[in-house]
Amino acid sequence: MTQNNTIIDVIVGMIGELPHGIQGVGPQTNIIRDLGLDSLTVMNFVMALEDHFDVSIPMDRLADIETVGDLAAAIADLKGR
Amino acid sequence: MGILDKFRPLRESYDALRAAGHDPFSVCFDEALSPSEAMLNGRRVILLGTNNYLGLTFDPDCIDDAAEAVRHAGTGTTGSRIANGTYGGHAELERRLAAFYGCRSAMVFSTGYQANLGILSTVAGRGDHILIDGDSHASIYDGCRLGSAEVIRFRHNDPDDLARRLRRLKDAPGSRLIVVEGIYSMLGDTAPLKEIAAVKREWGAHLLVDEAHSMGVLGRRGRGLAEQAGVEKDVDFIIGTFSKSLGAVGGFCASNLPDFDVLRVACRPYMFTASLPPSVIASVLRALTRIEEDPGLRARLNANARRLYDGLAAQGFSLGPQVNPIVSIRMPSMEVAIAFWNALLEAGVYLNLALPPATPDNVPLLRSSVSAAHSAEQIDDAVAAITGIGRELGVVEAPAPRARAGVRWDAVSGSRPRARGAGAVPERRGSGAGAASR
Repeated sequence: MTQNNTIIDVIVGMIGELPHGIQGVGPQTNIIRDLGLDSLTVMNFVMALEDHFDVSIPMDRLADIETVGDLAAAIADLKGR
Repeated sequence: MGILDKFRPLRESYDALRAAGHDPFSVCFDEALSPSEAMLNGRRVILLGTNNYLGLTFDPDCIDDAAEAVRHAGTGTTGSRIANGTYGGHAELERRLAAFYGCRSAMVFSTGYQANLGILSTVAGRGDHILIDGDSHASIYDGCRLGSAEVIRFRHNDPDDLARRLRRLKDAPGSRLIVVEGIYSMLGDTAPLKEIAAVKREWGAHLLVDEAHSMGVLGRRGRGLAEQAGVEKDVDFIIGTFSKSLGAVGGFCASNLPDFDVLRVACRPYMFTASLPPSVIASVLRALTRIEEDPGLRARLNANARRLYDGLAAQGFSLGPQVNPIVSIRMPSMEVAIAFWNALLEAGVYLNLALPPATPDNVPLLRSSVSAAHSAEQIDDAVAAITGIGRELGVVEAPAPRARAGVRWDAVSGSRPRARGAGAVPERRGSGAGAASR
């Protein structure tokens, strides 16, 4: 869980660095619905995140990810492999 | 709760698009007059967006062979390839395609879309990995979804990102299949295939190249990008279509793998659909001969591509990165793209309106494709029409008039502000749901 929280911190930090000025992001934040980002921004953001953690998130897993917490769990799982 | 209620947002977007004028998703030609002209709503239009690269849809020999086939063998096979749908022509076409590519085998599919659907969903199974370029055509995305392999997307035309993602797989069991396209259908850019083939060799992966837009277009013999880049021996699967340079409909996969033919009894989109009618097989056989025997077709195509690209670039339009038969113009906004497309249709030029999320970097495009069948005058007329509308809409500036005796500089004014959209844009594109067909 510690690792998960670390990953969430990184995700929240990276969302904060986007030029969209998004505040108040947490594990329950829905990436598509709550952040108001278009699909292109989300994809570039996910690719930057993949590079940061040195993982590739397969497309079927991406499809299941809704919240920041889901994204962190997927990355933690892939890191643990 | 109606079963179609979930489409309400899409319905609203579509209605808004149609309110702007013509409906780009249901253009209905009264009649095709030639590879380069059609009648649309009672008026003659130049066809500048039909992927009819070699103009073979009206080739007299192709038509004669198709007509003879329909008279001799009937209008359809009424069966799948594994039942009653394989005729001598299907087998002959597969031998000819294999010979064209210097491969052991080829399989013919009923569309190019189904070729990708069938091969991708079958050759990579559970435990295997498919690595696809992020800008891949919808048929590649759909083929991946139909299968059981893990699918990983890499940044468009980025061999380093591909290598990183192969490295991340570490010692995971299973095969790796890399999927790229010869010419990408939205911007007309080619894959860096030499570099991708090197990555493929380094990591012991397999390589599939979709030559849908490059067969008959690139390479000394018209085999496509793999021939042009000199890496044909590194390509394990070549996907192609009959619906572009070959002027008909259908698709194929050619391969040199010894066991390739086992796919005929494993590949469901091959096994469970009706085979192509004999008339199509006959015209494609003849079109293949035309590609082999008439390199002048490619020379004319490339000269026309150069003429359109240079003509538009000289007027200041923002185009794709390479001169190829696909010439796309970046639009500053959806509104301008839709207005531009409608005005061009009114001016007698048909091309494709490509909207996000189907476009790279979500930039709206006016996408054109040239043909060997276009005359220089048709291309010049199209450039003039595009330029005139581009200036009216402020997409490009009118050229500053030169100072001459008697012209007062203060009388020269009123050029519109530049409204060019994407300059340097990040990699990757939307959903891969491109409207281009396979």
